[in-house]
Amino acid sequence: MPDETNEIVLVVNEKRHTVQAAPDTPLLYILRNELGLMGPHFGCGEEQCGACMVFVGNQARPSCKLTISAIGRARITTLEGLMAEDELHPVQRAFLEEQASQCGYCLNGMIITTAALLWKTPHPSDRQIREALDGNLCRCGAHLRILRAVKRAERLLSEVEGR
Amino acid sequence: MTDNKQNSGRAGSGRREAAWGEVSDWLDDWIAIELDGTVTAFSGKVELGTGVRTALAQIVAEELDVPFERVHMVMGDTDRTPNEGYTAGSMTISGSGTALRRASAEARHAMLQMAAERLDANVNELSIRDGLIIVARDPERSVTYEELMGGKLFNLQVTDQAPLKSPDTYRIVGTSTPRADLPPKVTGRPSFIQDLQIPGMVHARLVRPPSPAAQLISVDENSVKDIPGLIQVVQRGNFIGVVAEREEQAIQAAKQLKVEWQEVETYPKLQDLYNTLRSQTTQDNVVIQQGDFERAFAGAAKQIHATYTYPYHAHASMGPSCAIAEVSDDQVIVWASTPGPYPLSGALAQLLNLPAENVHVIHVEGAGAYGQNGSDDAAADAVILAQAVGRPVRVQWTRKDEFVWEPKSPAMVMEVHAGLDALGNVVAWDYHVWSPSHTNRPRAANQLIAAQLLTRQPAPLSRFTFGAERNAPTNYAFPAQGVTVHYVSNSFLHVSSFRTLGGMQNTFANESFMDELAAVAGVDPLEYRLRYLTEPREREVLQAAAEKANWDSHPSPRKDTGSSGEGRGIAFARYENDQAIVACVAEVQVEETSGIVRVKRIVVAHDCGLIINPDGVKNQIEGNIIQALSRALKEEVQFDEFHITSIDWQTYPILTFSEVPEIEIVLINRTDQPAIGAGEPATVTTAAAVANAIFDATGIRLRQIPFTPERVRAAFG
Repeated sequence: MPDETNEIVLVVNEKRHTVQAAPDTPLLYILRNELGLMGPHFGCGEEQCGACMVFVGNQARPSCKLTISAIGRARITTLEGLMAEDELHPVQRAFLEEQASQCGYCLNGMIITTAALLWKTPHPSDRQIREALDGNLCRCGAHLRILRAVKRAERLLSEVEGR
Repeated sequence: MTDNKQNSGRAGSGRREAAWGEVSDWLDDWIAIELDGTVTAFSGKVELGTGVRTALAQIVAEELDVPFERVHMVMGDTDRTPNEGYTAGSMTISGSGTALRRASAEARHAMLQMAAERLDANVNELSIRDGLIIVARDPERSVTYEELMGGKLFNLQVTDQAPLKSPDTYRIVGTSTPRADLPPKVTGRPSFIQDLQIPGMVHARLVRPPSPAAQLISVDENSVKDIPGLIQVVQRGNFIGVVAEREEQAIQAAKQLKVEWQEVETYPKLQDLYNTLRSQTTQDNVVIQQGDFERAFAGAAKQIHATYTYPYHAHASMGPSCAIAEVSDDQVIVWASTPGPYPLSGALAQLLNLPAENVHVIHVEGAGAYGQNGSDDAAADAVILAQAVGRPVRVQWTRKDEFVWEPKSPAMVMEVHAGLDALGNVVAWDYHVWSPSHTNRPRAANQLIAAQLLTRQPAPLSRFTFGAERNAPTNYAFPAQGVTVHYVSNSFLHVSSFRTLGGMQNTFANESFMDELAAVAGVDPLEYRLRYLTEPREREVLQAAAEKANWDSHPSPRKDTGSSGEGRGIAFARYENDQAIVACVAEVQVEETSGIVRVKRIVVAHDCGLIINPDGVKNQIEGNIIQALSRALKEEVQFDEFHITSIDWQTYPILTFSEVPEIEIVLINRTDQPAIGAGEPATVTTAAAVANAIFDATGIRLRQIPFTPERVRAAFG
C-alpha cells in the first residue's frame, strides 16, 4: 500500500463527505467504518455474493472491490439512503410485509438489486426477477419470500408512481 | 443493537449463582417487570436468524397477558441470562420456550396474589388485560404490574405449580407476529456482530497456515513495515494475526505479509474418501437389535443391499465469522455470534488461564450459521489479539478463512441390507452407518483453532461419539431389524455440528432404500411406506403430503421413463424418531443430455405439535428445504492432499434463485400437543424425495450426494 492517504470527496445518500483514505481502499470499508453506514455487508470480498451492494449512480454494484478512486463523481446510495425522511422505500416496505428474510444478512443486496431491477424494468417477468437476483446469494433459503417481496414491491411502486 | 433494557441489569441478583450451574429455577432470572411497565425476559438461548427472539417474546406476552410490543428479550449474555448451554437441535422453543412459559405463569400468579391483597379482593374476582389487573365486578379498582412490583424482584422460585393458560384462550401465541428484528435489518441499522463498533477498537485479519498441520518456518515483518496504521504483527506458534488502526490496512497487511510454511499431507485423496473413512477401526453402537434377525434374513426370498455416501458440507454462512474482544488486566469481554455463550466463556477462560466468571461473553447476532461455524473460533482469535495489543480488537474472517477453517458436517457412509419375502414385504432390515462424531463444540481450550495454532498441537480427536444415530432408525415397524453406528475416530477434515447432525444423511439412505424396496416389490412408494407406518399421527402427515401433491400412484420408475424426464418421489421421517413429523414430495425434471436435475415443486406436510408462529414455522420449513436442496444437488467440499480447495462461492456453489422450486406446505397444528422445534426437521427428507423422483423419472438410482450433472450423465452411461 502506498504510504499516502488522499482526501477524497464522496457523495453518499445525497450528502458530501470528505474522507481521508488510501485511494485503493474499497468503498465498502469507507461506508461502514468512516461513514457508519452498516447497510452494506461484507460477504465475500470477491463480488460473488451481493451482500455489499450499493447504488453507484443508478447502477446496483458490489462495493467490496470497488475502490474509492474509481468512483469519480458518481453518487452513492446505500440501503439507508433509500428511505425518504423516516419513510420506508416501497421495496423496504415490501420486504417487511412479506417477512422476506431469515437471518437478514443478505437483505441489503436483495433490496438494492430489487430496487435497481424495478427502476429499469417496472413490470418484470418471474424469470427476469430470478435472473436479476441470481447474483445475490442467500444461505437461509428465504428465496421464495424474497420473490414474493419483489412482486409486492412492483405493486407498491406502481401505486406510488402510477406506472 | 438489540432491544436490551438498560435498567434490567438488576434483575439477576440470583442469576450469577444459578448461571454457572444448571438452568435456573429462580423466577427473577427469567422475568423482570420494569418500572415503565415493560417486561424483560431473559433467555440463555440466542437468535441464530430463525426468529426465536420473536417466538419467545410471544410466549412471554401470552402467558403474562401483556401486549407483545411490551416484551423485551435479553438473550445469551453470561452476565445477564441463565445458562442454557448451546442454541442447537431445534430445542429453543421446547427448552427456553417452556422455561419462559412457566416463569411467566409463575410471575402472573404471584402478581395476582399481590393484587388480591392490594385491592382487597379474591384472586378469582380478578382479571388481567394488558398488564392491568382489575376487580371484574368493580373495574375502578385496578392495579398495574409495574405498580405492584415497583421495580423490585419477585424473590420467588419457579414452582411449576402456577396454572398455565389454556391454549384455546391464546391471542398472541399461534399468530404470525411479524419478526421484531426485521425493521432495523431492512433499513441498515446495526444488527449484526459485523456491525458492532466498540470505542477504541482496532481491526485485525488473520494469516492462517495453508492447512491445519502446516508449520511456520518464518515471518518477515519487514514485508509490511510500510503499511500505515499497522499496530502489530502478532505471532505465537503457528498463530498469526495482523492488527491495524483501519480495516483496509489490516487487509493489506495480511495480504502483503511474507510467511513461509512447511506443509504436510493432511487429507485423504477425495476419490478414496469413503473407503478410507470406512477402513478405520470403529467404536460401535448398536442402536436397535430386535427380532430374530439371522433367521429372518436366512428365510428371506430376496436380499437387497445398497450403499449411500454423503460428502463433507460447509455451513457456508453468508457473513464470515467476526468477533470483538476487550482484555484488561484479568477481565475479558467478548462479543461474538456464538451459539453457546457459557461454554465459550469456559473455553476462553481456560485458554487465558482465568476463572470463567472473568470472561464475559455477549452474544450478538451473526449471519445464519445452522450449527457450528467459525464464530467460537473467531472469538478466541479476537481474545488473543486483544491481549497482545492491549486494545479492543475486531477480527473479521475472510470468505476463504470461513470456508477453510469452519468445521464441516462429516462425510458419512450408509449401508443398508434388507430381506424381502416373496410378496416383497420387509422381513429384516439391517442398517449400518460409518461416521465421525458430529460434535466438536469447543468446551475446552484445546478445541479452539487459536489454541491449536498457538501450541502447535493438532485438534484433539473427539472424545464423544454423537450425532450419527440421529434418524439412523426409521419409524417403520419391521419384523426384525438392526441399526448400528460405527464411529470412526479420524474425521480427516475438522468437523462439527451442522443442522440435523446425521439426520439428513441417514434419512437420505433410509428413504432412498425404502424406495428401492418398493420398486423391487413393484409397489407404489407411498403405499409401501404406509404398510409399515402404524402411528396415526405419522400416517396422517404422510397422507397429507401425498394428497396436497396430488400423488400419482404407480410403482417407480414410471413406465414411460425418459419421454418427459419428469418424475415424483416421496420421503418420510420423524425427526429424532420422536420429534416433528415430516413428509416431502418432490417433482423433478431430468435432462438426459446435460444431466441437469430441475426440481419443479416440493410439497411438505409438517407436524411440530402446537404452533407458536405459523409464518415463522413456514419460513423455517422453506429454508430447510431450499438449503437441503442446495446440499443435495450442488454441495461437496473439495480438497486435495494438502488443502481444502472449496474456498469461495465459485468453488462451493449453492442454489441460486433460478434453481429454487415452488414449495407448498401443509401445516398440521396440534394444539393439544407440546410445541416442538421446527428449525431442522424439514431438512431431512428433501434429498431422498429428490433421489426418488429422479429414479421415478429415469430408472436411475443416485446413491451419492450431490446429484451433480456430471454424476447424472455418468449414471446414464
